[in-house]
This record gives sequence, C-alpha cells and structure tokens, in this order.
Amino acid sequence: MKLFRLRGGVHPESRKELAAERAIRVLPLPERLFVPLQQHVGAPAQPLVQVGDRVRKGQLIGASQGNISAPVHAPTSGRIVAVGDYPAAHPSGLTAPAVTIESDGEDRWLETGMTTDPFSLSPEEIAARVGSAGIVGLGGATFPSAVKLNLSRKSNVRTLIINGGECEPYITSDDRLMRERAAEIVEGVRLIRYAVGATEVMVGIEENKPAALAAMQAAAAGSEVRVLAVPAMYPMGWDKQMIKALTGCEVPADGRSADIGVLVHNVATAYAVRDAIRFGRPLVSRMVTVSGGAVAEPGNLEVPIGTPVETLFRFCGGFSNKPARLVLGGPMMGIELYTAAVPIVKGTSGVLALTAREIGSLQPAPCIRCSSCVRACPVGLLPLEMAAHIRAGNSNGAVSRGLKDCIACGCCSFVCPSHIPLVHYFNFAKGELMAQERGKLKLEATRKLADERIARMQRIERERQEAAAKRKAAREAKEREAKQKQAQQAAEIA
Amino acid sequence: MIPVAHSPHAHAPITVGKVMVMVMLALTPATMFGFWLYGWPAINVWAVSLLAALIGEALVIRLQQRAVLPALMDGSGLLTAWLLALSLPPWAPWWIAVVGSLFAVIISKQLFGGLGQNVFNPAMAARVMLLISFPMEMTTWITPAPFGSVHSPGWLDGLAVTFSGVHVDAMASASLLGHVKTEFTRGIGLEQALSDYYAPLDALWGNRTGSLGETAALFLLAGGLFLIAKRIITWHAPVAMLLGVAIPALVFSSVNPAHYAGPVYHLLSGGLIMGAFFIVTDPVTSPNTVTGQFIFGLGCGLLTWIIRTWGGYPEGVAFAVMLMNAVTPIIDHYVKPRIYGRDRKGVAISPVKPIASTGKES
Repeated sequence: MKLFRLRGGVHPESRKELAAERAIRVLPLPERLFVPLQQHVGAPAQPLVQVGDRVRKGQLIGASQGNISAPVHAPTSGRIVAVGDYPAAHPSGLTAPAVTIESDGEDRWLETGMTTDPFSLSPEEIAARVGSAGIVGLGGATFPSAVKLNLSRKSNVRTLIINGGECEPYITSDDRLMRERAAEIVEGVRLIRYAVGATEVMVGIEENKPAALAAMQAAAAGSEVRVLAVPAMYPMGWDKQMIKALTGCEVPADGRSADIGVLVHNVATAYAVRDAIRFGRPLVSRMVTVSGGAVAEPGNLEVPIGTPVETLFRFCGGFSNKPARLVLGGPMMGIELYTAAVPIVKGTSGVLALTAREIGSLQPAPCIRCSSCVRACPVGLLPLEMAAHIRAGNSNGAVSRGLKDCIACGCCSFVCPSHIPLVHYFNFAKGELMAQERGKLKLEATRKLADERIARMQRIERERQEAAAKRKAAREAKEREAKQKQAQQAAEIA
Repeated sequence: MIPVAHSPHAHAPITVGKVMVMVMLALTPATMFGFWLYGWPAINVWAVSLLAALIGEALVIRLQQRAVLPALMDGSGLLTAWLLALSLPPWAPWWIAVVGSLFAVIISKQLFGGLGQNVFNPAMAARVMLLISFPMEMTTWITPAPFGSVHSPGWLDGLAVTFSGVHVDAMASASLLGHVKTEFTRGIGLEQALSDYYAPLDALWGNRTGSLGETAALFLLAGGLFLIAKRIITWHAPVAMLLGVAIPALVFSSVNPAHYAGPVYHLLSGGLIMGAFFIVTDPVTSPNTVTGQFIFGLGCGLLTWIIRTWGGYPEGVAFAVMLMNAVTPIIDHYVKPRIYGRDRKGVAISPVKPIASTGKES
C-alpha cells in the first residue's frame, strides 16, 4: 500500500533493544496501591469509598463526573486505608486526590458476567460498557474512550485507525503486547469497528517492529482488519501523523479526526476494550516498560494501576548505577519524577531511569538560526522564532506563529545544536496564555457582577421612585377629591 | 530549589562547537592545498587572521563581563577568520589580516549582539570593508609558487613577505576575473583575453592565481559535499547559487559568446564555489526554511553574475551575499512552512475537503 509523505520528524536512537526481547511478566501484587482519581482528561472521578471499606478487584471506587470523565476501579481486593492527597506525576511534584488500597493478597474479582457473543450487543451498549470500564486512551493521551466512540458513531466515521506506532525510544509495551496478545487485540479492534460502524480498519505499526507486524498480520488474516507497516520515525505515534501516513488526509487545525471521518485508538486501548466487553473487566492494569541505562534488568511488566514506580524498579533488579533522572513515559515527552513513590496510572506506558550520558543535555547556548528545528517540526512551525518571541516576553507573538498548534513532541529541542529547551519555552508560554485567559474570564465575570449590581441598584431606585410617585399621586388624588367634595358642599350650601 | 528538567530527556549528539568543527574540517583540504600552492606567506596570513579573531573576540567578551573560554569554545570566531583568510590575497600584509579579522568579529558580529545576532556574514562584511578601504593590497595577487619550486619563499622570507611588506615584483599577477575585466576596459575581446590565461582544468585543480579559497574548486566542492552528507548544510542554497550564476551565463554566452563568458568559466572562477558551500550556507544570515534558502542562494548567484558582468568590480560574491543578507528577514516573512491542518495562509483547512499530501514542503 502506498504511504503518504510526512513532514519533519527525527530519528532518535531507539534504545528499544534494552527491553524489546523481554516477554511480559506479571508484577507480583504490591502491598499497597495508590489509585489517583484523575487519570484521564476531563473532570476527576468522585470517590465512592471511605476508609475501612472492603473492596473487590474491579469494584467501582470513583464515579465518573460530567460529560468528559472516566470512572476508577479497585485494581485488587483489599481494604481502603486512605482517601486523600498522594504524590502525583507532576513536574512540580504536586499531590492529587487518590484512594489507597491495602491488598488482602487474594486479588479476588468482583463477579462479572462473561459475554459469549459480544457482537450481539448493540453499538451503544458497547460504548456504554467501555465507558463504565474506565477505559481511556492508553497511548498516553488518556481521553475517555467511550466519549470518542459515541462522537465517532454520531459523526459517521468511515475509517478506524489503530495506532501501533510506539515511536518513543525505549518503550516496548505495545510492541510486546502485539507480539504476545495479537488475537486479543484484533478482537478488540473489531469490537471498536463494530461500535462505531466504520467500513475500513487499518493498524499502523512502525517498520522497526517486524515481530509485532508479523504477529498482528497473522492474527488479522481473514478479517476486515488491515495491518500496515509505517516508517520508523518520531513522532509516528502522533495520531494526526498516523492519519496522514495512512490516509493522506490532514485533520483540520482546531478540529477532531472525526471531522474527516477517522477515529484513532491505540493498540493497548483495543486490548482493554476486548477485556471489558468479553469479560466485563474494567481497566485495572496495564503493560509498562521499565528501561533505561541505569536499570539492572529492563523489561516489560503487567502492572496494577496505582503501583508505585519504585516497586517496578525494585522488581527489575534495582539500579545498576545511579540514575541521573527518573522519567514517567518516554524520553521525548515524558515527565521527570522527583519521587519514585508516584503511582503508575492508566496513561503510563513506561518508566525510565536514565544516566546522564543518555540524557545528553548541556547548558543552552545562543541560537545560531540553523533552522534544524524548522526542518524537524512535524507540524510546520518555526520554533526558533516562537522561542525568540517568548524570550522577549511576547507570548502573543508566538501565538501568531502557531504556538497553539504546537504538540510539544520535543523534536525541536532534540535536534537543537545550541541545546535550547524550546519545548520548555512553549509550555511556559502556553501556561502564560492560559493564565491570561483565566484572568480575562475572571475580569469579565467581575465586570458582569458589577454591571448587574448597578442595574439592580438602578432598578431598586427606580421602583422606589415609582412607588413614591404613586403614593404622591394617590395622595394628591385624594386631596383633589376632598377639595372637590368641599367645593361641592360649599356649592350646595350656597 | 530543584532545577526543572523538561522533556525531551534525550538529545541528538550535536553542539554548536561540533557544527563549527565539521565546517573547519571540510575547509581543511582546500586550505592545505592553498598553503602548498602559495607557501609560507599564505600560512602566515591564515594564522594571523585566526589569532586576531580570537584576541578580538576575547576582548569584547571580557568587556561584556562574560566567561571568555566557553564563548570562544564554540569556534564561530575561528571559522569566521578562517573564511576571511581564504578570501584574502595569499601574500597580503599582516595588518590586512588583523584589520579584517577584528572588523569581522567585533564590528560585524559582537556589536550586533554576538553569535546568532549578526545581520551580515562577518567574513564577507570584512572582505568588502577591506576591498573598499585597501584596494591596492586586496588586488595584488601572485602566481602560484608551490613549496619546492624556485619561487617559493623559505620560512624567513615568508615572514618578511607577510610582516615587512617585502615587495615581490616578479611574482605579481592578476586573478582571472580581474584580468578579463582589465582587458575589457582596454577593448580586448573575451576570446583573446582568455586565450593564454584560462584553462578550465587548471581552475578545477586550483593551479592558478587567486586567493586561497578561490583556487581549488574541487577541494572546496568535496568539502561542501561532505557537509551535505553530514547534514550540517542542505543542498538548497549551494545548488541555487550555482544555478543563479550558471543559468544567466549560459543564456547570455550562447547569445553573444564574444562578450559574455560561459557557465564553466563563471562556476570555476573567483569565490563562487567557496561562497556557494561555505558562505551562503551560514545559518545565522540565511533564511529559516529550505525554500527560503533556495531563493536566497538564487539571489546570491544572480547578483554575483550581474556584478561580475556589468559591475565595476571583477568579483561580486561578497557584495551579492551582503545584499541578500539584508533581504533575509523579508524572505523569512513571506516564506513559511505550511502548518499541519492549515492552508498556506494559516487558515484551518475545511473538514469536507481535506488536502491530500503533496510532495515537497518547505
């Protein structure tokens, strides 16, 4: 099949060989799990349990709130020991509300019914079950999957694309999943296709994963699912890049892929959908790659949600040398961890312990306008100009050069010979803009309140005057009447 | 306070210093050849240029109260001086090299704000300044006297040539472009002017009169191709510059061969090859996008040909580059990459009619 030309991109050292040949192992059940209530884009889940409650594995512990949200389930059976703040995966080391479960070691599932023929369910029912299973985009975007399914069905999506790009260096969790559980993934893919009514299904896998390609092709043989090799380059796993590679179409700026009749899901999401529909099991665990030059025995683990990162490192033999940086996610877009106590969440595809040599960062030097960043940008932006504007305190100048289209993929920073932290600049400016927007909203709200108060005061004043006028008129009328009566009486007397 | 480490947590193994070293590496064969061809005085001029640039830059950085060593380590000042040295007459007096280098790094670069901030290519600005201020010294060329030949001065004689201005009458000569221009003003036609003065093969190998960097076209070409292969530069600006000279030369010479020189003569003369691969590819003073760089290179080539053909100076690369440097912000303003999901004007594409991918993008 003809693939379409892509813009920009970089070829970082893949480093996938560290973990790619290690089969998925199940992490032994940790003693305590710390399950954050917000592991998705949208409103955080509302806790449904209290300290002391006993829960089964798969039991709902946080309810979805609002239109865009996802529920949270207990990853194992045990007792709730805390509901409150716990260190979160945040660059500033913030905490976030979480439910702490002490495992009882039995790992007993809540009884759920098997569905022998999932295709007998209605598409709406499948979307509803995906929603109640707490499934979110497992590629890292963590957008609630059911919202995407419903939106796609309503906007007549024709093409379903399953993203097996996995372009981040080091990360091999999707690769292993495709190699070892291809049949399950394909069933999940077919369920998603059925749920949205798409007519065409393509699975895009980077060509540097031949074993995964072969396994998926074998599993998809004879079905409507086409498994295709795409070039190995970063950011191939960016959904819009995958769409362009496979269909040649671009998603309109500020739009959704559904606008051009395309829905994209990750392979791990398809796997989770199959589990949820066939076994009624909510999303309570995921595949995580543990890798990096400082890890003694890198590997791929199936991990309950809420497991502290340090448990994973310990299971993988600890550190062979002192890590310079711990990263949640891949090296290109992952965030630095200040504490290994942070729990694994639904969107975590890997945890890395990197050495200083692997990070390779140096003190920033002046920009020499080499335009490597312009050539590397997959979006078509001018990172050097945007950074110059932001450095001059002009975030709006950066917006006019496309700041809002920036996906923070990190290609520009990666290739910069001056080691300028370009993505850092852009995220900073995006934060500035958000603060500005918030300030504007606040100002508008204040002004609205003030206007309303003035209007209210005017109304009260007006009503008071009207009432006074009415009273005065009534009094005058009465006086007039009395006078008339007097005059009449006088006339009668006369 | 904990310093914030931001993604990406990986980096391509490249630094500004490495880029500069690669370019210097690419210049080395041509430079070595020039040394061999013109002997000790050429080595002296080159060394004095580099030394003066280092000292001048160190002084300015000290005045700015910045750390001197890290700023010098990026190698940009050295590279500027190297390029300038290659554009000087090989037997130029020492003070030409010193004045040129200091002008390049202090006036054309540091006064504009240092590395990455200069509008004009420092080496070319310095060359133009020298050419206008000291036309005598800048146009006194010598015929090649390779090491080992009778005319090649020894080490001490070489020092005398560079530092005390010992005049060498017997050796004086004119560069090819200069010779043709002079003959033209005397009313002598192109064919006759070239007859005993020009051999394309000699030009290719560099065995002819000129500055260090205009002699060995092949070595410079090899260096340029090395930089393209190493992805330090892209092909766009160099190819465009060569085309910008070759196309008008071809057209005009086929119409009137007695008056206009052909493309081979132009391509192998003067500083064109060095300009195409080492000057117009200067990142600081050229446009951001590859399309912009192509336009920039084409403009440099065209202006070079115009100055050579109709201008007062025999060679026009430095003037052409400076003129186009001034145009770079305008090119950057109009030539921008198309943003994903938007048309060229930056308006979001319509969902009903999405654009399919179309070949090359800037």
